[in-house]
Amino acid sequence: MAHRGILVDVTKCIGCGACVQGCQKWNEHPAHEAKRLDEQTYTFLMDRGNDVYVRRLCMHCEQPSCASACPVSALYKSKEGPVLYDPSKCLGCRYCMLACPFGVPTYEWHSAVPRVRKCQMCSHRGAAGPACAEVCPTGATITGDRDELLAEARKRVVGDPKAYYQWVYGAKEAGGTDVFFIGPKNPAALGLPRVEVDGPLPDLTWNALKHVPDVVLFGGVFLGGMFWLTKRKEEVARAKHDEKGQDRG
Amino acid sequence: MTKRDRIVGKDRLDSLRLGFWTVFSGLLIALLAVIAYVRYTQGLGAVTHLSDTFPWGLWIGFDLLCGVGLAAGGFAVTATVHILHLKDFKPIVRPTVLTAFLGYILVITALLLDLGRPWNIWHPIIMWNPHSVMFEVGWCVMLYTTVLSLEFAPVVLERFKLDWMLKLLKPVTPILVIMGVILSTLHQSSLGSLFLILPEKMHPLWYTPILPVLFFVSALAAGIAMTVVESWFSRRVFGKPIETHLLSRLSKVSVIILALYLTLRLRDLAVRGALSTIWPLTRVSLMFLAEIGIGVAVPMVLLAFDRFRQSPKRLAFAQGLVVLGFIFHRLNVSITSVEAATGHRYVPSFLEFLVSAGLVAVGMWVFVLACRYLPVFPEEPAATEGATESRGTSQASLPVSKPVTAFDRT
Repeated sequence: MAHRGILVDVTKCIGCGACVQGCQKWNEHPAHEAKRLDEQTYTFLMDRGNDVYVRRLCMHCEQPSCASACPVSALYKSKEGPVLYDPSKCLGCRYCMLACPFGVPTYEWHSAVPRVRKCQMCSHRGAAGPACAEVCPTGATITGDRDELLAEARKRVVGDPKAYYQWVYGAKEAGGTDVFFIGPKNPAALGLPRVEVDGPLPDLTWNALKHVPDVVLFGGVFLGGMFWLTKRKEEVARAKHDEKGQDRG
Repeated sequence: MTKRDRIVGKDRLDSLRLGFWTVFSGLLIALLAVIAYVRYTQGLGAVTHLSDTFPWGLWIGFDLLCGVGLAAGGFAVTATVHILHLKDFKPIVRPTVLTAFLGYILVITALLLDLGRPWNIWHPIIMWNPHSVMFEVGWCVMLYTTVLSLEFAPVVLERFKLDWMLKLLKPVTPILVIMGVILSTLHQSSLGSLFLILPEKMHPLWYTPILPVLFFVSALAAGIAMTVVESWFSRRVFGKPIETHLLSRLSKVSVIILALYLTLRLRDLAVRGALSTIWPLTRVSLMFLAEIGIGVAVPMVLLAFDRFRQSPKRLAFAQGLVVLGFIFHRLNVSITSVEAATGHRYVPSFLEFLVSAGLVAVGMWVFVLACRYLPVFPEEPAATEGATESRGTSQASLPVSKPVTAFDRT
C-alpha cells in the first residue's frame, strides 16, 4: 500500500464502541470509558443524538502542523502515511499540541518522563493496519490506500445526496488529511473541529521563517555599514577637535 | 546638603534592604527548589494547571515571552553606542547588558522547569527541523545567550584584572554587537511567529500575520522602557544618580516607537475588520483596551511632553506603564486570545505564580549583587565600594555629583 488512510462513514456507525475497545487493547491502554482524547485514549465516540455517532482520532494531515512545529522532528510524517512520534527526540515543548488545529495531541501531565500521546494508525501492527478498522463490525471505519478511500468517499457522497451531506471532511481541511469523515450532517453538526484554513498550516509559519536568511544577510550588511560610516564620522570629528586644540595651544 | 543627607540615610536603608532581600530571596530559592523537586518527580500536572487544551501557561506567557522581550534593551542600547557611535549613552550600556543577560538566564531557567524533558534541551543542535519556529527560537536562545555572556564578560574580567583576555575581546566587540542585534531581531520576531500557526485557536484581536513585526517593535519599546525603569531602580537601591537627560532622550525615541506600534496595530486590526469585535464590551475586549490604552497610548502621550520627561520619577512611571502594557500584550496573545477562541479557561495555579514571581525576585537579587561587586557602573568606582564601606567613614566617596563630570568627560 502506497499511502495508508482511514475512511469513517458516520451513516454506517451503530455506536457499538468496538473501535474504541480495539484501540485500547492494541495500544495497551487499560479498558475504560472514553469521553475525550487523553494520554490513554486515542479515539472515542461522540453521541450526536438520533443514532448518529462520530469518532474522533488523529487526522494524520498530509502536511501536519504538529510535525512542522516540532523543533527536533520528534513528530514526523512517515512515508506510509501515519504521523509518528519518537519520544527519545522530544524535549517536551508541547508546541505540537498548540499547533494542531484538531486538538489531537495529548500529554502525560503526571509523568516525570512525559510523552506526547496520539493515534499513530497502529503503525506497530505493520501491514495489519489500524485495529479500529479491523474490528469495526459494520464497515463504518475502513482502511486502505488514501487516494482510493478519498475517491470512494466522494462516490458515496455524490451517489446518495439524501443520506450524505455533500462534504468530505479531511479532503481540504488543513490542506488535506489521511483520515476522512462522511456523514448525514455538516461537519460542525457532527461535532468535528471547525478548521476553516484551506491550505496547510505550516505555510503560515514558513511565510515568516523564510525571511530569516535575508534578515541575517541584509541586517549584517546594513549594521556593518552603519558601524563603518558612523565610526568614520567620529574619527573625523575627533581629528578636527584635536586640530583645534593644537591651534589654540 | 539635604540631598547628601538623604543619600546617607538611603545608604543605611540599603543595607537593611539588602538584608531583607537576601533572606527573602533565600527563602524563595528554597521554595523554588521544593517546587522543582515535585515537578521533576511527579510531572508538570502536579504543580501547574496546564492541560491538553492549554499546553502553554504562565511560564511561557510571562517568563519566556516577557523575559526575552524585556531584555531587548540590551541590543537596542549596545547598537546605539557601538554601531551608531552615540557615545553619550555609554554609561547605561553595562546595566542594560546585565539586565539582558540575567533575563536570558532566567528564561533558560524557566524553560528547564517548563519543558517536559529538559534533559533533551540541547537536541536542536543535532536534530534539525528548519521548518519549525521553535527550532529558530531554540537556536536564538543558545546563540544570543552566548553573545550576551561575551558582551558582559568585560565587566567580570575587569573586576579580576584579566587584561589579556580583555584585549582579546575588545576587537571583536563590534562583531558581537552586530550578531546580537541580528539574533535579537530574529528571536523577538520569532516569538511572534510561534503563534502564526494558530489561526483557529486565537481571537482576531490578537491573531494577525504581522505578529512577528508587532513582537519585534513592542520588544524594542519594552527594552527601552526597562532600561529607564532599571536606571531608576539602580538609583533607588544604590543612590546612583541618573543621567536624566539621557533617559529623557531615550524616552523621546520611545514615543516614536510606541506611535509606530500603535499605528501598525490599529491599521492591521482595521484592515482585517477585527475592530468590530471590541463591541459589545466583554472581558476579552476590555483586556485589549487596557493593553492598548494604559500600556501604549497613555505613556506615548505622557512621554511626548518635554516637561513630563524632566523628572526621573515620572519617566519611570510612564515607562513602567509601557512595560506593563507589553506584559499585557504577551499574556493576551498566549492566554486571553486562546481562551477566547477555544472556550477553555486557564487560571495559573498558585505554584505557577510563585515560580514566576520567585524567578523575578531572584533576578533582581542577582542584579543588585552584580552591581555591588562588579564594575557595572564603571565611571564611578567609589560608589561600588562606597556602598558597603562608606557608612561610617567617608562622606567624600558618596556618589553625588560625580557622574555629571563623568558624562562631561565623554
